[in-house]
Amino acid sequence: MKQWFERHAQTLVGSLGRLWQHPFATLLTVIVIGIALALPACLHVLVQNVRVASGGWNNALDISVYMEPDATLEQAKRAAERIRQRRDVDEVTLIEADAALEEFRKHSGFGAALDALKDNPLPHALVVRPDAEFRDSGHVDALTKELDKVDGVDLVQLDTAWVSRFNAILDVIRRGVFLAAGLFALGILVIVGNTIRLDIENRRDEIEVTKLVGGSDAFVRRPFLYNGVWYGLAGGLTAGAIVAIAVGALSTPVQRIAGLYGSQFQLEGVGVPGWLALLAGGAALGWLGSFIVATRELREIEPK
Amino acid sequence: MIRFDHVSKRYPNGREAVSDLSLAIGRGEMVFLTGHSGAGKSTLLKLIALIERPSRGTLVVNGQNTAAVRRSKIPAFRRQIGVVFQDHKLLMDRPVYDNVGLPLVIAGVPEKEIQKRVRASLDQVGLLGRERTRPIELSTGEQQRVGIARAIIAKPALLIADEPTGNLDPDLAIEVMNIFKRFNDVGVTVLIASHDVHLIERYAVRRVMLAQGRVVDGVDAPPTPAAEITTGAPEVPADALRPTATNAPLVLPDIRLD
Repeated sequence: MKQWFERHAQTLVGSLGRLWQHPFATLLTVIVIGIALALPACLHVLVQNVRVASGGWNNALDISVYMEPDATLEQAKRAAERIRQRRDVDEVTLIEADAALEEFRKHSGFGAALDALKDNPLPHALVVRPDAEFRDSGHVDALTKELDKVDGVDLVQLDTAWVSRFNAILDVIRRGVFLAAGLFALGILVIVGNTIRLDIENRRDEIEVTKLVGGSDAFVRRPFLYNGVWYGLAGGLTAGAIVAIAVGALSTPVQRIAGLYGSQFQLEGVGVPGWLALLAGGAALGWLGSFIVATRELREIEPK
Repeated sequence: MIRFDHVSKRYPNGREAVSDLSLAIGRGEMVFLTGHSGAGKSTLLKLIALIERPSRGTLVVNGQNTAAVRRSKIPAFRRQIGVVFQDHKLLMDRPVYDNVGLPLVIAGVPEKEIQKRVRASLDQVGLLGRERTRPIELSTGEQQRVGIARAIIAKPALLIADEPTGNLDPDLAIEVMNIFKRFNDVGVTVLIASHDVHLIERYAVRRVMLAQGRVVDGVDAPPTPAAEITTGAPEVPADALRPTATNAPLVLPDIRLD
């Protein structure tokens, strides 16, 4: 067991030394693998960040209740009181028509146009926040229907439709990331396989001699498998670095945008699990690519 | 040790290199295989090392019918045979140490043991102290001796050599041949293909002559005891070369052939 370990350690270091002897060729392969790994990783980081950024919106389940245009303030207050007593309602805020108009005048930039109006076109409105325990879609739908039946209520609007649409789109993109990752993984297998094939071709004599003195297929294959693992690991490191650089370059402008929207949002990198996944994924793909090619090619090389 | 029984070998191009050949070589025997180039000497050796398979007939090597050796068992089969090639087949970009130690690395022998045995093996061919040299820096004769050191390091009971003196001048050729002779003296079966009639006539060992893939003359060893021809090189005690089953290190006197 100790010998086995010793042998493998020796081959491991030996194959690293060999790659080191051809730094340019090795670097090219590593960079290509790095980019192939970095693209899906970047997409993944993007989706993760969008999810985090939009996470706050999922709780934005406030229901807007508009009173009939001719409903009086008294009616609106009564309606608010009735709704507030419901078990599935946490909070009801009354927005008086005049206050709403004032707000609109201040922020919309249509001040002059509004001044031209004789009457206030806005109705009284209530903002209903469901109780935390009743925020699932079934309860919220039921609540919406109930609210519609309250005296004087004209329109009930649930502002969550676009949130679910957004989440659905995000899901599609996430699935796309998986597909892209799969395609790029296939690409990496091909890149590693082709590099190993060239390696094998360059070392044909050595392989023949080794087989002549009794080296088995597994024995001559071993250094190539380690080559593949090294390529993959180095590619994983490169990919991690590319993602880190991309996140670093984007984090300041993103923070500025977030600041403009009054958010504390900060761009997140791949993190430790992401790094581990890149390294492990790279190593596994490198190993598999070289395994497939080396097993096939080395079988063909027989001493003459 | 080796038994050919009506063996034929026909290559894909239709040439029959070995035709209905029968030949037996006993354990501990030393045999020269002679004949013109193209007579089938190399093919015969390749059949023994399972580099080629017989088209017909049976070949038994070291008690194993070669037809029964599956592809996956060939490496293990080859490890019991030491093979010396005319073109050395060394790894030119690796030090002598790596070349000679390769069979033991394959066999999974511990590094310490390999170091010991590489030294012992190089000592036997007179190249002790050249472990770090690359074969490309060595002369042809020295390269051939590295090849021999590699062939004997795993202490095989059978040593086969294809034109081991083909590229050497007469003095070097005698030196190399003497190395083989000494191995035979300690019980190793040795089979050497050579077309150098003048050289092999100096040794009193059995000669098998091939022509067109057949044995045309299977002269037995002359009755006079085989005498080693000296080139002024010091002798290696025969005991030191005896193949051992144990892992006991070989203790060898520090000698040089060059």
